[in-house]
Amino acid sequence: MKFLCVECDQQMAFGERQLPGDGTLAATFKCPKCGRVVALLTNPMETQLVSSLGVVIGGKTVPAQPLETVRTMVATGRDDAFEDTARRPDGPTAASWSSEAQERLSRVPNFVRGMVKKIYADYARERGIAEITPAIMDTARAELGLEGM
Amino acid sequence: MRTYHQLTDPDRSGLADQIGAQRKRVAERLAGVRRIVAVMSGKGGVGKSYVTANVARALARARKPVGVLDADLNGPTIPGLLGVNHSPLPAPGDAIEPAMSAEGVKCISMALLLDDGAPLAFKGPSAESFVWRGAMEASALREFLGDIAWGDLDTLLLDLPPGMQRYIELCDILGNPPPVLTVTIPTPESRDAVRRAMRAAVDRGSELLGIVENMVGGELRGSAGDDLAHEFGVAVLARIPWHPTADIWSTLGTRL
Repeated sequence: MKFLCVECDQQMAFGERQLPGDGTLAATFKCPKCGRVVALLTNPMETQLVSSLGVVIGGKTVPAQPLETVRTMVATGRDDAFEDTARRPDGPTAASWSSEAQERLSRVPNFVRGMVKKIYADYARERGIAEITPAIMDTARAELGLEGM
Repeated sequence: MRTYHQLTDPDRSGLADQIGAQRKRVAERLAGVRRIVAVMSGKGGVGKSYVTANVARALARARKPVGVLDADLNGPTIPGLLGVNHSPLPAPGDAIEPAMSAEGVKCISMALLLDDGAPLAFKGPSAESFVWRGAMEASALREFLGDIAWGDLDTLLLDLPPGMQRYIELCDILGNPPPVLTVTIPTPESRDAVRRAMRAAVDRGSELLGIVENMVGGELRGSAGDDLAHEFGVAVLARIPWHPTADIWSTLGTRL
């Protein structure tokens, strides 16, 4: 998908991608010549259709994890399906979520919430962080390059 | 106004590249698999999973590395038939380790990933979910092929659900139509349904490996196996009675 500024006859450059939290997706594009910015706004059905193909509008910012679609999109999956998500008595303790972080996570679209939650949980576990807060989420976003999460 | 191909800067989303990467991942993951066999039938309830599991067990007993991919995402039964109980699947790196039966059959199935007794349900807009559900299931099938550490296998058996949709998805994902083992029961109703599936497989370019006629010798009357074998020029590889012996599966494994 490309955007053309017809007036300038210039291909517009990708700006940013946002997930507002209501199942929609927003992506902005800017004309490098005149500076005009347009936004691509997809409805939940369009967003879901793209997600179901295992692809990401704007390109992937993190490598695909194995069984990503199954792990993030199946609503009836068991919590202990995989060793890295199952509780292990001898493994590192999973970080807790502050109420503010939970509220922020709840604004992530439900069809990617599982994946986003796992990314933050893995980030915290790998660094021995006991509680995930909005500040931790911001740090993780910056370090991992997670736009709009 | 210029068109897409006239704009020379790269497409930031690169959806075609993302799809290409998915295909490459499947091809690389299956590089150690000598052959893939799709077990299919146009009709439900003929015993595809039963045949698949027992052929896999026979191959494993013959010391041939074998795996089973349960492509029946909505009615998965392979773990139960192989005697595989749930335990968390190891996820050591860029692939998930498959479950392993006591006889050494590797397997992956949605039954291992779903809550006990829960149907397969996806997150997403519930209204008109038919628009995206098929694509989601195809993605799950692709991930079962490309994200499971199958390793070196002599045979990877794919247990397909009734109908043709999953077979078509499989052909698209693999890029090449897989050889097909067809399962039927003796009745004319089964023959007619299986005939359509076999024709579709031939049209797609799949090699027909042969026919297994299941549930032979009981109340089910007919000659579906022979009729289809004659029509498509393939062999009836096995006729499975209601109470088969292990020898039947071993023989079928060697004829496959």
